Amino acid sequence: MIELTALTKRYGSFTAVDAIDLRVPKGELFGFLGPNGAGKTTTLRMIAGILRPTGGNVRIGGVDIAADPIAAKRILGFIPDRPFIYEKLTGIEFLRFVGGLYSQNGKDIEHRSRELLALFDLEQWRDELVESYSHGMRQKLIISSALVHKPDVIVVDEPMVGLDPKAARILKDLFREYVKRGHTIMMSTHTLEVAETMCDRIGIIQSGKIRALGTMADLRAESAHGDSGLEDIFLRLTGENAAREFVDVLDA
Amino acid sequence: MPEEILTPSFLHLLSPKWQSIRARATKKEKGSTGRAAVLGVLGVIFWMFIFGVLFRLLNYFKGVPEIGPLLAGKLLGLLLVSFFGMLLLSNVIAALSTFFLAKDLDLLVAGPVDWLRLYFAKLSETCAYSSWMVVLLAVPIFIAYGIVFDGGPMFLLVVIAAFVPFLILPTVIGSAITLLLVNAFPARRTKDILTVIGLLAAGGLVLLFRLMRPEQLARPEGFRSLIEFISVLKTPTSPWLPSEWVQTGLMSWLTHDPDFLPFYLLSSTSAAFLVLGAILHRQLYSKGFTKAQEGAEVYATQKKPSRLLKHILSPLGIVRRELVLKEVRLFFRDATQWSQLILLGVLVVVYVINIKLLPIRGGGVTFFVSNLIPFLNLVLAGFVLASIAARFIFPGISLEGKTMWLLRSSPLAMRELLWSKFWVGTIPLLVMALALVIVTGMLMHVTEFIMLVSVFTITMMTFAIAGLAIGFGTMYPRFETENAAQIPTSFGGLLFMMASIVMIGGVILLEARPVFGYLASRAFGAESSPVEMVIGFGLAGLLCCAATLIPIRVALTRLEALEV
Repeated sequence: MIELTALTKRYGSFTAVDAIDLRVPKGELFGFLGPNGAGKTTTLRMIAGILRPTGGNVRIGGVDIAADPIAAKRILGFIPDRPFIYEKLTGIEFLRFVGGLYSQNGKDIEHRSRELLALFDLEQWRDELVESYSHGMRQKLIISSALVHKPDVIVVDEPMVGLDPKAARILKDLFREYVKRGHTIMMSTHTLEVAETMCDRIGIIQSGKIRALGTMADLRAESAHGDSGLEDIFLRLTGENAAREFVDVLDA
Repeated sequence: MPEEILTPSFLHLLSPKWQSIRARATKKEKGSTGRAAVLGVLGVIFWMFIFGVLFRLLNYFKGVPEIGPLLAGKLLGLLLVSFFGMLLLSNVIAALSTFFLAKDLDLLVAGPVDWLRLYFAKLSETCAYSSWMVVLLAVPIFIAYGIVFDGGPMFLLVVIAAFVPFLILPTVIGSAITLLLVNAFPARRTKDILTVIGLLAAGGLVLLFRLMRPEQLARPEGFRSLIEFISVLKTPTSPWLPSEWVQTGLMSWLTHDPDFLPFYLLSSTSAAFLVLGAILHRQLYSKGFTKAQEGAEVYATQKKPSRLLKHILSPLGIVRRELVLKEVRLFFRDATQWSQLILLGVLVVVYVINIKLLPIRGGGVTFFVSNLIPFLNLVLAGFVLASIAARFIFPGISLEGKTMWLLRSSPLAMRELLWSKFWVGTIPLLVMALALVIVTGMLMHVTEFIMLVSVFTITMMTFAIAGLAIGFGTMYPRFETENAAQIPTSFGGLLFMMASIVMIGGVILLEARPVFGYLASRAFGAESSPVEMVIGFGLAGLLCCAATLIPIRVALTRLEALEV
């Protein structure tokens, strides 16, 4: 469903994403992990058609996003890491607007919007301007907007940031149910426990390159530590465990 | 003194500001040198223009015996009182951002920062934000006064001694007004209220100034006697205003009869106000700051007008209809945007009054002149439209900045976005342009031909101005700006205005020949050439089409390549 071929993004002499090849098939929830600045957000924004790759290509549902962006984006829902939305629209107006962008309106969108708002406990806020929403409420509204047009593929950057435990749980269940129905989700997260329990496969990116890719069992095998959790594997693969001695840091 | 070590200094609190300015100044971006050069040249031209006009005027005043220095003083007083008004208004608005809405406040308020240092740091920031433009404007004015009246090098120090307290006073007063308002209303509401009050006041001032017809003051024959004229000039306009003190102080120096009382008044009053402001800040700031964190606006949907609009727009299709609906909603819900309509209203009224007062009818004014002036009026109407487009159409793409991720990740063609912005801006602009031209044409009793030419030209120019506004607004976006009113003052806004002026000039020049030919034929019985008309109006039409379509095409390429 999502195919990345030699996907590259360079900013001047800095290579943020370095010739990534990746295929996320239909019905899979794919977790995309990596340290800060590894290239996760850049990759996801290229998949969503917001950034133009320097090289390589992105195919969504078999459609090359550079060749036919409209067709590719029609089946895509994107949830960014920072919830910037129109401050002066109400929650329900925002969902209607997003529906309109995908040429959908009428009773279906109304019904779906209300269901989504109710699911995320936003029903009583539906007619209030987004400017009065908290960070978590905005995040919930953006998640709703990515689902309102029933996309086949969802690309989501850090979905759990700012969500309360109930909403986080709802989102996890919703995503699992969504992929069970044959849709595809590619998700970046720093919450390793979420990735470990939710994702079918995990990719770890560092310095713009994919360091490891596979199921949890594959990753354990690759890191040569059969019983490790994802946190240990992640730190080992990304070399982050070579941290300074805490005592030295705190005494400095 | 352990307390001293624990509390960051006043300069330390301001250091991020000047470090940011330094970083911005040293950052090399593509085209930044050219940009700085254009701005520099324009700035110097503007300075020289102000200096030149004032220099000639003051030299003329100086030559008038008895009342020359009085007139010069009066003029300085008028300039200073308008500066004071502008400073007060901009300080009130700037203080709201610096003291209550700025992003660094959480850090500063949560840190071990002494309240008095925070007050002075934020006050300095407010003063800098709201006074830099007035200071730049004042430089050529004071230079002209200093040179014409032989102020000598010491005049520079005299100006500094008078002008610094003059800048401090409105800053302290403006910040105190904001502090009181925030304590009375939530900050977001206060911002709306302030914007509306500010624009109403500015609009009222312009209107009042126009209705007073200041040009009559330049005609002393309107007064019954010279004595009456002089006594009017000698009376202080506003003895309690600091602008009057600055004027008296500076003019006393320039007339070589120094009076130090105004300087004492200025420095002692500003010092006293600083103390009072600090006391008020200590009493009310933390309460106001807390309130500023709370003020969320609750909104109840107005269903009826929204449904009606939705119905009217339904033939456009879902995507375009939703885009237009969004534009309209965002505009009318954002006080910083819709309140600019007040200024626009004032601008139109002043414009119509000016036209009505034009002495183009009656004895001695020929048919030729009374029809040529309405034609040239199109230039003025074009400028009015360009300045409106700068306010309302130019910021369109910039305002999408933070939400561009949504539009770019959706299957929305950028062409749709640009054209929806174009039409949402152009239709109201066109209605206004036509009303303006038809009303002023009727006021001037123009012939049918000139009326037709006016309607054709203004329609084509409106499209071109809107196209240029969309084009330049997309090529030079300001995504990080939160206040729509600041976007037109950017470099791109300046380029847009310059391009519009060139376009308007081009259209009028192309049409001038056939119009001149027609009027000459009517007035003096000469032959008017139909070929000349077709070529003139055809080329003008083509120019407008090009100015509409080319910028939009360039903008489309730019928008499609944009990375957010």
